Amino acid sequence: MMKIFRMLSRSIRDAFKSVFRNFSLSLASISCITITLVIVAVSIIASFNVENFTKEIEKDLTIVAFLEQDATSDDVEDLIKKIKKLDNVDSYEFKGKEKVKKDMQNESEVFNSIMSDWSKEDNPLKDTFQIRVKDAEQISKTANKIKKMDKVSLVRYGEGMVDKLVNAFSSIEKVAYGVVIALIVVTVFLIINTIKLTIFSRKREISIMRLVGASNFSIKTPFIIEGMILGLIGSIIPVLLTTFGYLSFYKHFDGYLFTELIKLIEPEPFIYTASGIVILIGILVGMIGSASAVRKYLKV
Amino acid sequence: MDLIRLKNVNKKYKNGVTAIYDMDLSIKKGSFVFVIGGSGSGKSTLIKMLYREEKPTSGQIVVGGVNVAKLRNQKVYKLRRKLGIVFQDYRLLPKLTVFENVAFAMEVLGAHKDETREKTLKAIEMVGLKNKVHNYPDELSGGEQQRVAIARAIVNNPKLLLCDEPTGNLDPEMSMEIMKVLENINKKRGTTILMVTHDKDIVNAMKKQVITLKDGRLINNKEKGTYNDEDI
Repeated sequence: MMKIFRMLSRSIRDAFKSVFRNFSLSLASISCITITLVIVAVSIIASFNVENFTKEIEKDLTIVAFLEQDATSDDVEDLIKKIKKLDNVDSYEFKGKEKVKKDMQNESEVFNSIMSDWSKEDNPLKDTFQIRVKDAEQISKTANKIKKMDKVSLVRYGEGMVDKLVNAFSSIEKVAYGVVIALIVVTVFLIINTIKLTIFSRKREISIMRLVGASNFSIKTPFIIEGMILGLIGSIIPVLLTTFGYLSFYKHFDGYLFTELIKLIEPEPFIYTASGIVILIGILVGMIGSASAVRKYLKV
Repeated sequence: MDLIRLKNVNKKYKNGVTAIYDMDLSIKKGSFVFVIGGSGSGKSTLIKMLYREEKPTSGQIVVGGVNVAKLRNQKVYKLRRKLGIVFQDYRLLPKLTVFENVAFAMEVLGAHKDETREKTLKAIEMVGLKNKVHNYPDELSGGEQQRVAIARAIVNNPKLLLCDEPTGNLDPEMSMEIMKVLENINKKRGTTILMVTHDKDIVNAMKKQVITLKDGRLINNKEKGTYNDEDI
């Protein structure tokens, strides 16, 4: 146990030494990680926000089912049971025609004056269900199921608009993820090459280490830790940019992008999460890059 | 007891050259063995296979209980810890002092500081460089550098010391000094020494076991042998 600890502390010491001894090489790796992480950070912020306002909009999505004029209270009970059984239903609300009338009267004076002399019997409006769904992408399926039920005359959920919006957002998200992954792959390759140069300059040392019986683990570890340090240093600027950039962006737009419809994510604790992800990606990229670079030198 | 045992060992390189043909060989614990032969006789290949720099194409090699032929790359270090290796070109780290170079072999194994210090000084004393502990390799003569390399090879107290032409770069006087150091290690520590060389004078002066290789075949294995030009 002590042995592993000693070896680890030696590895960390060597890694720091190597970072500063080969500073020009390290700088190449660091700046390359920095540039990638800046773009990654922007993509993360964008895709999180897209996801957020997709959810916000989805939350507001409701299916409105209009019942036939002759629907009795028994029919309504029956429908409630059926709607409850549907998987995708999050919540529902029954609104009788009298309530609909009142709501509409409250909403506008024109309606108020027209509807004020409608009696309970000749109210031409229909009883309605307002149903919220769990998954917006499944909304048209659910709407169709409800439409087929007895005594339902009409179903509305803003068909075309919703579908388009959901599709557009999910493709924006996919593009953002694609960009992030592609950038990470490119950076890993760049790191592999820069670390290879560092290793090449220490080839003699490695060969002697092998000769005197150092295990692959103890040869590899300093380089892997070095990669992690490079990743960590490389993520400093992107993290600062994420934190302060998003804060000022949020303030500048007052929390909304262009319209009241698109609400930005509150900066706290979002910036901490985003920074954490950026740091994690930086460290992982450095680690993977150096691990695969050093592997080639460890084959006999 | 045999420390090294080879059975039906063949080695064919990827470029088609066959370096070792069907070799059987066993070397006793504690012995001092010279391996001689002309260039291309396979002596370098033989020693490389013993520390698993090369793998035999077929056959069995056992060194100190380790089946070298079947040893996976990742496990090579387990074999290396049991043996010390000395090369013609010393292979020291130029930026480290004599002490650091020798201690390096223990540090990378995760040894304790006090133990490292003690064993390192002992090994340096054994090769007679006690007064050069804090010098750097380029401040030393060739013979002294080679002695540092020997100290590094024996610091972990290996059972076997492999020497690949350790006197190849040295003049006769220095060579004899190195041989004295090696003989001393062999006697005092009981370390088995296998030394590849083509230095006739050394072989004849030492009167040790001599193994002669020719064209990848073992043609002679004699106790107290000599360097016979006709064989080579």
